[in-house]
Amino acid sequence: MAKLRQIAFYGKGGIGKSTTSQNTLAALADLGQKILIVGCDPKADSTRLILHAKAQDTILSLAAEAGSVEDLELEDVMKIGYKNIKCVESGGPEPGVGCAGRGVITSINFLEEEGAYDGIDYVSYDVLGDVVCGGFAMPIRENKAQEIYIVMSGEMMAMYAANNISKGILKYANSGGVRLGGLVCNERQTDKELELAESLAAKLGTTLIHFVPRDNVVQHAELRRMTVLEYAPDSKQAQEYRDLAQKIHNNAGNGTIPTPITMDELEDMLMEHGIMKPVDESIVGKTAAELAAEAAAA
Amino acid sequence: MTQDVQNVVDHFNLFRSPEYKDMFADKRKNFEFAHPDEKVEETAEWTKGWEYRKLNFEREALTVNPAKACQPLGAVFVAVGFEGTIPFVHGSQGCVAYYRSHFSRHFKEPSSCVSSSMTEDAAVFGGLNNMIDGLANTHSMYKPKMIAVSTTCMAEVIGDDLNGFISTAREKGSVPADFPVPYAHTPAFVGSHITGYDNALKGIVSHFWEGKERTPGEKINFIGGFDGYTVGNLREVKRIFDLMGVNYTILADNSDVWDTPADGEFRMYDGGTTLDDAKAALNAKATISMQQYCTEKTLDYIAKTGQETVAFNHPVGVAATDKFLMELSRITGLPIPDALTKERGRLVDAIADSSAHIHGKKFAIYGDPDLCYGLAGFLLELGAEPTHVLSTNGGKEWEIKMQALFDSSPFGKDCHVYPGKDLWHMRSLLNTEPVDFLIGNTYGKYLERDTGTPLIRIGFPVFDRHHHHRYPVWGYQGTMNTLVWILDKIFDEMDKSTIVPAKTDYSFDIIR
Repeated sequence: MAKLRQIAFYGKGGIGKSTTSQNTLAALADLGQKILIVGCDPKADSTRLILHAKAQDTILSLAAEAGSVEDLELEDVMKIGYKNIKCVESGGPEPGVGCAGRGVITSINFLEEEGAYDGIDYVSYDVLGDVVCGGFAMPIRENKAQEIYIVMSGEMMAMYAANNISKGILKYANSGGVRLGGLVCNERQTDKELELAESLAAKLGTTLIHFVPRDNVVQHAELRRMTVLEYAPDSKQAQEYRDLAQKIHNNAGNGTIPTPITMDELEDMLMEHGIMKPVDESIVGKTAAELAAEAAAA
Repeated sequence: MTQDVQNVVDHFNLFRSPEYKDMFADKRKNFEFAHPDEKVEETAEWTKGWEYRKLNFEREALTVNPAKACQPLGAVFVAVGFEGTIPFVHGSQGCVAYYRSHFSRHFKEPSSCVSSSMTEDAAVFGGLNNMIDGLANTHSMYKPKMIAVSTTCMAEVIGDDLNGFISTAREKGSVPADFPVPYAHTPAFVGSHITGYDNALKGIVSHFWEGKERTPGEKINFIGGFDGYTVGNLREVKRIFDLMGVNYTILADNSDVWDTPADGEFRMYDGGTTLDDAKAALNAKATISMQQYCTEKTLDYIAKTGQETVAFNHPVGVAATDKFLMELSRITGLPIPDALTKERGRLVDAIADSSAHIHGKKFAIYGDPDLCYGLAGFLLELGAEPTHVLSTNGGKEWEIKMQALFDSSPFGKDCHVYPGKDLWHMRSLLNTEPVDFLIGNTYGKYLERDTGTPLIRIGFPVFDRHHHHRYPVWGYQGTMNTLVWILDKIFDEMDKSTIVPAKTDYSFDIIR
């Protein structure tokens, strides 16, 4: 058996991380890989398209019912979906209470102890938003994910988040084995999107591994709680995900230690591409009345 | 009311003097707004009945007096068992003060342990700097040979990554590049001190063994598990091994550090498994654990290296010791020496001598799952009934194993096992289904007070009796000690109830 590959998908909330990861993993399953998806998002929607349903039995909700995570069995939480992809959702607290980060730690420890990774080719962690605290960094610690794929788009804030995630990876890359596998651009049809994504990848010392074009078929599949791979296997979009899957598959060991940039550098980059206008420092913090007075005086 | 330097009165007696008594009565009358005595009495009586017991056992959200401690306590217990090793707990200071005082109160010895002193800012920004500074300070101030890191709740909730932190600290020069800093994540809100023992020991052996090639040899590794009698037990085990001629390594041997002589020299470290032995333990033929539930993950890990692993459940008694020695003999190929066979004969003789007093007596036991199993097995062997066996940190698997033990003996017919229950449950059990004696740690004294069940102190911690930890409870001689402790209490109770001349004392019989 080939060595277990562990990868993780990070990215700003709402960027299409779960959609991209599930489609890609479905494509990897088509390649004959045995896959385990570990959803690390309290919303527990990382496996919805594979299972055709939102997983109700998350590790933490069942643990809360049973009294402790030690009382759980692996069978209770592991669901089988499309092409025998194994799915678990860590789950977590309602918004505003508790500690979702600790939930991720608890869940991953549970899975490792219960031998969930035995006989698997790929483990994929789907992690919410930024690396906001130690808990959400769990998948990038030593002996966990070897490569991180950041899902982003040409929007300012998505690139900002990608840079932040790189900072998180860098923190662990020096002492551990985690590397940045590459950026995946999920097209938003913003200006000069491909150019920007490639430029950011270069700045971060990585590559844009794939540019996933926008296609409505993704929405159609999603409404049916399916991946495009399953819903429309012959579509052009399905091929895009297959290409991405193949690239990730071939990318083993090619990850890099990211070189995150500062906020100013990020803004400079946007200016270089003409997305952002240079800021006229003389007008910052001035009210309309003040500016009018200055104009009158001039 | 003031104390006199020439005659300082202990608080026991001081508070019984008239001025204090009056003050307490006055406070109660004027400020406490207490319920009437009759009402208190009535409610107290109600808590002793079956109705209350039923409600008590339906309790879900509350634990009252759990008979367990937290993971880092077990991790510290393991760490001090290695040569020149200081336990380093990554977390807040108060936690570490608890481990130190807990052990000091039990073993009557200083317990050295350091904290990374995490405070508010560390909770927000992560404890990396605490790890860097803490390791540097510990290394330069206390000159250890090894620093064994564990964690408290705080570091675990914020998700501090020990592996990453320790390597960063190493890079920053806190400790030399090749200095051993094994670690274990020991969230205090998961499991108990026996889980922490397991995690910490696994952390230490895997630190030394990971990536090394095993060359199978003839040595035997021995693991005691979390044990309040570690000082006496490990010395007894060494004596047995030496008698048999076994070539052994005791992993986490804390018997010396918790029993240092008073000869004018302070020993922060004493004895312990040498680091070379810990490394070489990979090559052992087999590893024996005296306490299965303290070493589940460790033994799994060790078994994967190719060693045979054998686990016992805190063996006490003739049959349990027989089994231990026979397994030892099987693994090593060494015969059991006559000296031990003689000890066995003496123990059997002693049991026979006292059988009339202990046979048919009912006992309640609480403690760690292995200790409960070992003691219950011994009582059944004596023809006594371990009527209630309760373990807060015992799980489903332990429950099944205990039930199988009960089923194996006619004396186990009316015995029940209570996994995951606490001492307030035990109070209900003792009130509704009384037994003759209770076996447990120091905290059992409150059950003794509330239910009138005489307490035999066996377990951890024992704060209110001295030096019992110096005596073994394992082996034939250890079993002898256990037997004597049980008998002493039986005779004390017998004497107490036959002490009034011509009323309860009819026969002038001084012989028992």
